[in-house]
Amino acid sequence: MKKSMLSVKQSYLVCFLGILATFGVVMALCESGIANSYIKGIMMTACIAIIMTTSLNLTIGVLGQLTLGCCGFEAIGAYVAALASKYMVATGMLADPTLRFLVTTLLGGVVACVFGILIGIPALRLHGDYLAIITLGFGEIIRVVIQNLKVAGGMGLDKGAAGQALIGIERTANLYIVFWIMIITVVVLFMFGRSRYGRAVKAIRDDEIAAGASGLNTTYLKVLVFAISAFFAGIAGGIFAQYIGSLNPTMAGWLNSINYVIMVVFGGMGSITGSIVSAVGLTILPELLRAFADYRMLAYSVVLVLVMIFRPQGIFGSWEFSLPRIVNRLLFRNPKADGKDGDGATDAAEPAAAAKTAATPATEAKEA
Amino acid sequence: MTATNEQPILKAEHLGITFGGLKAVSDFNMTIGKGELIGLIGPNGAGKTTVFNLLTGVYKPTEGDFWLDGEHMNGKKTYQVVRAGIARTFQNIRLFKQLTVEENVLVAFDESFTYRMGGAIFRTPLFWKQEREMHAKAMDLLKIFDLDGLASTQAANLPYGQQRKLEIARALATGMKLLLLDEPAAGMNPTETEDLLRCINTIRDRFGIAILLIEHDMSLVMSVCQRIQVLDYGRTIASGTPEQIANDPQVISAYLGADDTDSADGDSTDHATPEPSIAKTMQEGAR
Repeated sequence: MKKSMLSVKQSYLVCFLGILATFGVVMALCESGIANSYIKGIMMTACIAIIMTTSLNLTIGVLGQLTLGCCGFEAIGAYVAALASKYMVATGMLADPTLRFLVTTLLGGVVACVFGILIGIPALRLHGDYLAIITLGFGEIIRVVIQNLKVAGGMGLDKGAAGQALIGIERTANLYIVFWIMIITVVVLFMFGRSRYGRAVKAIRDDEIAAGASGLNTTYLKVLVFAISAFFAGIAGGIFAQYIGSLNPTMAGWLNSINYVIMVVFGGMGSITGSIVSAVGLTILPELLRAFADYRMLAYSVVLVLVMIFRPQGIFGSWEFSLPRIVNRLLFRNPKADGKDGDGATDAAEPAAAAKTAATPATEAKEA
Repeated sequence: MTATNEQPILKAEHLGITFGGLKAVSDFNMTIGKGELIGLIGPNGAGKTTVFNLLTGVYKPTEGDFWLDGEHMNGKKTYQVVRAGIARTFQNIRLFKQLTVEENVLVAFDESFTYRMGGAIFRTPLFWKQEREMHAKAMDLLKIFDLDGLASTQAANLPYGQQRKLEIARALATGMKLLLLDEPAAGMNPTETEDLLRCINTIRDRFGIAILLIEHDMSLVMSVCQRIQVLDYGRTIASGTPEQIANDPQVISAYLGADDTDSADGDSTDHATPEPSIAKTMQEGAR
């Protein structure tokens, strides 16, 4: 620790204040009526996208394994949460909607996590393209199974693939609660990344053989990362189910998964900041382009192509936004204070979203 | 310069592996005592690296057994072997390129950390204590290799010689009893080699570990190793002191045979007459 810098606790406090400020902005927008239900919906979708993207970033960016089945886990979480919620409503368990929302969402995450472990153990024996294809396959299996499950609204395995939506799920998702779930997700993933686990996982990404030769149990760590990723995907699914109110098996399809992969790559693999910014950006972008009606998907694709041509490492590379670093610069004006600036991209866009990343260590400081 | 009489660090008996119909290594016997530095030499494709892969659990031996400090090691996974005390470096350097120099070492310390996931996420006092301790330990280790000034440099940005050193430092960080060095001097200039040699001697004296060294630089092997074992086509063709090896006609012909054909798929019967310059190098190194 150099002198004339914030201490660790002060940094956490700064981050926490950053989160509170962001939350304050969200609350002000909602309460003042500036944000209508359309805007609120976008914010909710953005929060779900952030949870999906940051957790997927752990597998793709930090562990370096390309998986295309994340929406399979999201669907598992969604259906488990939806069915649990319906069951609870029917039997009168947990009358408090907020509590019910939290319990069912957590249940969705846990079940998705279990499936993540089950699928991860055989799948992670493969690498690269092979892993991508096998996870794609698992995603499709999940979709087809859900499609045929009677309890999930399907017609039953004997009736073929007659996908039918599961409807009538109580819409208990509340933007403020979802915001904090999103913050907790980012904090957990950030803390995981900046610990011995994160170091070990990055070591596996850089050289798996050398990681094994350094005494790391690579299989365990890979499955662990896969499970964590699946858990948060399940959480995102649980929120999604109780926000939309109806589910369709197509949500488990690979098209959706690739959408999230694009967000991760777009933001910069391994960068939580990048994941958050691109999750928010790519959620908003198609909405902004609505005015161009038919051309909007074309414009969206062009933006993606341009970014990949001019910034193949993604918008942020592996750079992380840090609020304490900015505070340090402003307060202490020591130009050499921090050499870890990465590619030096100054964060102009989305300060609010990025503040969340920086803010991550803070919540925990309060908890501890 | 002789093996100590206590329990050997490594004992390998009739170790061998077959890939399909190919016997890559057969009947490999070796005993390494505490603090010994043994050389393993042989022409390209002789099976030296395969021996390393056997000893580190990358391959499972199809015959024979080996023990580390009396512990039977057959069939253990790489990370279990490493935790038991065998660490290695690689012929082509394998660093964690996007991690910093310090992080490369910290990864190898992983086993010494006891905090779990909860500790990491909630940043418990144990987390901070261990991260601080390990940071200090890592810096101490890096100091031995003169890398402490570069602790926060990305490993990929180090010059070649220092990458080699870092790889050795990382292997040391696993806290091993036996260090396997796979051609550490490959691609180094004489100054760097000399520097490396000093390094190897320092760590052997300081940590009291045993070292098994694969190397093509004969003068290096001859000057540092106490005993040398020579492989050709997976079989041990000679073993003994550097002097004995340098004068062994079988070794010289094996080396020159491979030297002519430049790879293992060459004809083994095609043994050229000993080339005086190489034999001379070997003998000079032995002195």
